[in-house]
Amino acid sequence: MQKLLHWIDARFPLTALWESQWGKYIAPKNFNFWYYFGSLALFVLVLQIVTGIFLTMNYKPDATKAFESVEYIMRDVDWGWLIRYMHSTGASMFFVVVYLHMFRGLMYGSYRKPRELTWIFGVFIYLALMAEAFFGYLLPWGQMSYWGAQVIVNLFSTVPLIGEDLGTWIRGDYTISDITLNRFFAFHVAAVPLVLIAIVVAHFMALHETGSNNPDGVDVKHQPKDPKTGLPPDGIYSHPYYTIKDIVGVIFFLVVFSVIMFFVPDMWGYFLEANNFIPADPLKTPEHIAPVWYFTPYYAMLRAVPSFLGSQFWGVLVMAIAVLIFFFLPWLDRGPVRSIRYRGVIYKSWLAAFVISFLILGYLGVVPVTVWGQFAENMPILGGADRATVIARFFTIVYLLFFFLMPWYTKWDRTKPVPDRVRA
Amino acid sequence: MRRIAHVLAIALLLASGAACAVESGDLRLVTAPVNRLDDESLQRGARNFVNYCLSCHSARYMRYNRLTDLGLDVSMIQDNLMFATDKVGNPMTVAMTAQEGKTWFGTPPPDLTVEARVRGHDWIYNYLIGFYRDDKTATGWNNIVFPNVSMPHVLWELSGSNKLVETEFDDREKAEGAAIAVKGLSLIEPKPGGKWAVLSIAPDVPGQMTRVEYEAFVADLVNYLDYMAEPAKNRRIHVGMFVLLFLGLLFAFAYWTKREYWKDVH
Repeated sequence: MQKLLHWIDARFPLTALWESQWGKYIAPKNFNFWYYFGSLALFVLVLQIVTGIFLTMNYKPDATKAFESVEYIMRDVDWGWLIRYMHSTGASMFFVVVYLHMFRGLMYGSYRKPRELTWIFGVFIYLALMAEAFFGYLLPWGQMSYWGAQVIVNLFSTVPLIGEDLGTWIRGDYTISDITLNRFFAFHVAAVPLVLIAIVVAHFMALHETGSNNPDGVDVKHQPKDPKTGLPPDGIYSHPYYTIKDIVGVIFFLVVFSVIMFFVPDMWGYFLEANNFIPADPLKTPEHIAPVWYFTPYYAMLRAVPSFLGSQFWGVLVMAIAVLIFFFLPWLDRGPVRSIRYRGVIYKSWLAAFVISFLILGYLGVVPVTVWGQFAENMPILGGADRATVIARFFTIVYLLFFFLMPWYTKWDRTKPVPDRVRA
Repeated sequence: MRRIAHVLAIALLLASGAACAVESGDLRLVTAPVNRLDDESLQRGARNFVNYCLSCHSARYMRYNRLTDLGLDVSMIQDNLMFATDKVGNPMTVAMTAQEGKTWFGTPPPDLTVEARVRGHDWIYNYLIGFYRDDKTATGWNNIVFPNVSMPHVLWELSGSNKLVETEFDDREKAEGAAIAVKGLSLIEPKPGGKWAVLSIAPDVPGQMTRVEYEAFVADLVNYLDYMAEPAKNRRIHVGMFVLLFLGLLFAFAYWTKREYWKDVH
């Protein structure tokens, strides 16, 4: 065995790669609950790829056959229902895990210098994931697949001047059709996964170059090393410590995952929408089109922004800004500390306001705008407006202000001094 | 940290509270008495489906031989549930084309394979007991759950015919009280002049079955539709329990191992 390893190492840096990326990678010893979600995201990525491969063996990307091929997977393919539910549950759980992973980054300032590139690669992963989910959602060719894709492609059609042509270019047709289905299939199973894997590797390598942040934001990598062990006082080797810890995390995650997958795979319509069990019908628009839950905060923003100068483009613009602004986070934050533990009350309040905005917008994106009724007709300014729309506007502004005002409030915030060592 | 958890919890509560507030539900549905483990009910439901629905509605993703799930054997299926010309591995299709359906009914009868996943079993159950006589419609029938539906009441010989009962109230509260008192399917509707009406159905002309028999007939049928929408459901739940048991043990073992390793970390 050793001889084989030597033989390989002389030709390929296998041991060096393993040691730099994981085996001898020194990680802070104080990772808490929030640090499980990185490894879980990697786990779900692998799960989606593997189940996706098996689904591809039986799925037919053809507008006349797609819907029925999914039903045959659910009925006639051995364990097909399990593979399909793994993939559909995995899609939603991927976003759950990624959102929590991103929230961890926000809380502990993981995006701050020197980890800006790790963060930027991460935002690219998030974008690729959104694309992957969007392309994949068309494939079952149900009513929500069809009309959801219609709505999202129409967003691109609102771009001034080139919009119409852009929409046609994306669809490859004047409406969502068999051609669109085929190219979305190509993107979903080949193009985007390749990109996704590449950025995940970059995300990993960048992280392992700078070393991990931790809940205290203490710079563990530059602590004076113990001459005997060669380890900084707050660092431990990832392997075996975080290997075994992450395995525990994965098993716990699998428990939650299995409860959903085996007992409520449709998650009461949030993971699998009821209307998507009706085959796509280009002539019948569903009364209420809602995207899957992970897009709904942005969908709520889109609907909340009024049209201006006869164009809906402004909503699209706001939505795009709301997503792309994550890229600039490392430079928007001017606070002297990384972790929320040493931040003052102003940052904490803004972060809380941001999370609440995200959740309420997420809820509002699921329901029709009439959900909370209208303001009384005789009310000044707001009279007759849908309450939900006004509230969505308010929280869209809060969401954006969290970023736009960040350079100031992080600077003014009264922070606590960061210790040299992590807290016991 | 803890404060963030609190804020998050409050936000979630707010969101879920809001979710409940939306549930105004003008249509008061009866819970369908379905039982996914009752094979006899499912067999009766399959018979009802084949006899009464499968002339217009297809179930084109459901194969006849899949009915062996319900404890039937292939010869029973062939002798009792299908036409001699069909093969037992065939899916449940109908001779009527979509175009013919459209000409005859105004809209083609939908395929029912996964209908229970679209509407839910409660909705279908109430729909099938919600028909009443209405001379104003083309078919002579109307439905509380699905107003002006183009499907006629094909089961009327069994159920007899019902009539619509409409009572008006001065405010919504009184109407809601009356709707609860109906102890069955009812609909609350706003009326001009700020009044509210409660709509329910009452028996008019008796059919071959009593009301209780008819409701049991529909319950079996809906139970079957629910099964057909996801034939793997029982298996899924069964397997799920073993998987959870296994994961529980694995978790205990992994957790113990982790603690042993982490003893060196101070």
